Amino acid sequence: MALLDVTDLSVTFVHRGAPPVHAVDGVSFTVDEGEVVGLVGESGCGKSVTSLAIMGLLPRRGVRVGGRAVFAGRDLLTLDDDARRDIRGREIAMIFQDPLSSLNPVVPIGVQVAEVLVRHRKLERAQARRQAAELLERVGIPDPQRRLREYPHQLSGGMRQRALIAMAVACQPRLLIADEPTTALDVTIQAQILDLLKELVRSSGTALIMITHDLGVVAGLCDTVNVLYAGRVVETAARVPLFADPYHPYTVGLLGSIPRLDRARGERLTPIPGSVRDLLPWAEGCAFAPRCDRRTDACLDGSPELTRVVAPPRAYRCVNPVRSAPATAGEVSG
Amino acid sequence: MSVLTPGRKVEKLDRLAELAAAPADGRGASLWREAARRLRHNPSAIAGAVILGVFVLVAAIGPFFVPYSPTDTIGVANGEVRPAAGIIPGPSAEHWLGYDHLGRDEFSRMVVGARQTLLVGVVATFIGMSVGCLIGGIAGAAHGLGGPWGRRLDTVLMRIVDMMLALPSLLLAISIAALLGPSLATVMIAVGAIAVPIFARLLRGSMIAQANAEYVLAATALGVRKHRIALSHILPNSLAPVLVQMTLTLATAIIEAAALSFLGLGNPDPSTPEWGKMLADAQRYLEISPGLAIYPAVAIIITAFGFTLLGEAMREALDPKLRT
Repeated sequence: MALLDVTDLSVTFVHRGAPPVHAVDGVSFTVDEGEVVGLVGESGCGKSVTSLAIMGLLPRRGVRVGGRAVFAGRDLLTLDDDARRDIRGREIAMIFQDPLSSLNPVVPIGVQVAEVLVRHRKLERAQARRQAAELLERVGIPDPQRRLREYPHQLSGGMRQRALIAMAVACQPRLLIADEPTTALDVTIQAQILDLLKELVRSSGTALIMITHDLGVVAGLCDTVNVLYAGRVVETAARVPLFADPYHPYTVGLLGSIPRLDRARGERLTPIPGSVRDLLPWAEGCAFAPRCDRRTDACLDGSPELTRVVAPPRAYRCVNPVRSAPATAGEVSG
Repeated sequence: MSVLTPGRKVEKLDRLAELAAAPADGRGASLWREAARRLRHNPSAIAGAVILGVFVLVAAIGPFFVPYSPTDTIGVANGEVRPAAGIIPGPSAEHWLGYDHLGRDEFSRMVVGARQTLLVGVVATFIGMSVGCLIGGIAGAAHGLGGPWGRRLDTVLMRIVDMMLALPSLLLAISIAALLGPSLATVMIAVGAIAVPIFARLLRGSMIAQANAEYVLAATALGVRKHRIALSHILPNSLAPVLVQMTLTLATAIIEAAALSFLGLGNPDPSTPEWGKMLADAQRYLEISPGLAIYPAVAIIITAFGFTLLGEAMREALDPKLRT
């Protein structure tokens, strides 16, 4: 059984006097023990909202969450507040995009790291402090004793993200959710942070959901990739087949819009034209159809279902895929 | 394009080195220290601090060094002061600010009065701040973290506070003072009471704004309990405007306390001089000796001005938008 099984997750933002916005519209994916799963897509495709919904961090008012997110046998979406708070930080932890604003500016780093240990491990303050120093050392912060006493603004961006990672892994969670953890960092630091995450995942056996728009990050880290578009998963595959052999035109577009070393110099990147449509993107046909160069009349004839391929395992949501799957007995619709 | 001569090059390098070295030791250990550093470089903060320093010094040790007793009616005893005949001598070498209407040394009374003024201002502000912050803190935490019931509690508290805000502050103070009867404690309570809604509103707003901050979400994601998020994350980040308001309230508290004394709602004990009461006493003798009204009035204005200068400078120093 999978560690986390998200089924038909939907998040709708309801505002008085405005039509509801379907930010996440029936997302399903699974995360196995120790697996690194990527959620990829452009801004506004619902990847961050998905993670916040799993963590139960969305505001109550004006938000409707549907579907199921079963973590180790319990549906996270129906847990009461206390149970949820006990899981957060201990079994599922999260790393956010902007390390500076994710740390409390007026509290020293050491207190913030120790807080998690005091909360979940029921440690004494002094004991928690010692462990906090070890944690900082583990995530590659030199001179941890001094850093414990410092405030977030005294640390560099990379150090801050390392401190946040230390807080996230403090209680050895079974699942880590990283929401664009490298977006706010320098390119050189990005590589270091990714290496750190990779090392932590390998050594501790923690599963990781990597939320990103950067396919380079996906290529270096993820076992399985879910490509999201307008609140739905449009393609799921293991890393290698996805990059070597994308089926969905959107995945092809994403791959075509990043620079590559093996292409000729001066060759133009191919951007995907247009942007994500709002409100009800999947109501009449495929949401990607208006931007798609493989659009047919069938695309606008009802929302495309997920097509599953058994070997190698993959799923895609397209009626006119780039490489149509061989019509074998393995193909199942639904 | 200017050519860099060796001399200028060195100069430029030195400057760069200075710049690079500055953040290492110049940056304080906390945001408060950073704000303190900026205060030291602000002329109006220095001016305010100097005014207040002198005022506090006078209030603290001045009474031990006054040339005459503030209650001794020496001017009447030696016949120099005869208010009925319209004679109240002004400043002289022996009596720097002259006599008051009962023949007491005006300078000594001014100095001793400073202590009363400081005491009332500080205690009243403290009362207003503690009660206001308690109400505002509960309302802010309830609104941000307490769910639907918390928001209801917040609404109830804030409507009460709004009612207090809707009354003209001096009218409110006079009503309270009249209710409790004239005394020093009355003035403190009344002046403190009118500061309560200001602090409550301020802290609540500040806390609600902080509740939406990313670090609160991050702490929630780590399973930190609500009361701890409120107390150790949101509250410390919400205190900067309260501190600024405290300084500004000290200024208004001094003026309002003087106003209450002027209206006869202050300390009824005639032996303790107080600037507001001195002002009230002086109004009958404005034509004979206008100085008696001018000295306390100017003293009140300068003190309030000092607090305002410092408060404004603190607001600038703590403003996150101006933070470098």
